[in-house]
Amino acid sequence: MTSYLVSLLGGALIGLSCAILLILNGRIAGVSGIVGKVVQGIDVWTNAAFVAGLLLGPVVYFAAFHHWPTVTVTASLPLIMLAGLLVGFGSRMGSGCTSGHGVMGLARLSPRSIAAVLTFLASGIAAVALLRGAAL
Amino acid sequence: MRHSKLRPVAALAAGTLFGFGLALSGMLDPVRVQGFLDIFGAWDPSLAFVLGGAVAVAMAGMAWLRRMSRPLLADRFHVPMNSRIDAPLVIGSAIFGLGWGLGGFCPGPALASLSLGLTPTLVFVAFMLAGMIAHDRFLAGRPS
Repeated sequence: MTSYLVSLLGGALIGLSCAILLILNGRIAGVSGIVGKVVQGIDVWTNAAFVAGLLLGPVVYFAAFHHWPTVTVTASLPLIMLAGLLVGFGSRMGSGCTSGHGVMGLARLSPRSIAAVLTFLASGIAAVALLRGAAL
Repeated sequence: MRHSKLRPVAALAAGTLFGFGLALSGMLDPVRVQGFLDIFGAWDPSLAFVLGGAVAVAMAGMAWLRRMSRPLLADRFHVPMNSRIDAPLVIGSAIFGLGWGLGGFCPGPALASLSLGLTPTLVFVAFMLAGMIAHDRFLAGRPS
């Protein structure tokens, strides 16, 4: 039960981060969009600063709790490569990922984001079911 | 441009809070993300709490925004106005979800966990960037 409360609190901080970026800079905190802008050289300083902050977050976590957050990767390297390509390509094609559509889009009640979230939840569930079935 | 020098500072602060929130929520861990998507197996609902908490607070931010004429550090809000559900949105999201389920990573957690220096995350991010660049080359000129 406490783990769910910690998840809720972590989520609330993510939402706060989105609200701060919107109210101060007028921008949607969509990670794939922000990374895309860094790659394309659009407003590089601001977008790169957000990405740098993302990397800094776990370091702050380590400083506060004296241990790193758990990251357990079970997928093989070729599967990781495929997953990376699909996530990069798909998030750009679909104009967003779990942050832009999932958090900000749902908070804005955007019909496009609601469609995107339902779609990637369905294909994500299918991918995991496939993995479990094929025991990859 | 208003306060253009302060915007990177605000972005750094927002990014740090986002990365810390991800670390605290447990969502840096691909096993937990896949556990959330594993509704036919040993389902782990924690991600729903993360998303619920995030959406609730972001909604409060949206309510505040509606009372503002413009952001504090910029001239206007850059919020998408398009409401058409088109093929690129649905196909792109379907492709994204496949990759999300297969690897257990989406862009935010993948970037944040780079700080741990694990090889699989480095590889994931390199291929994610390649996928983004491939898309932008293929469908260049399309507003993103």
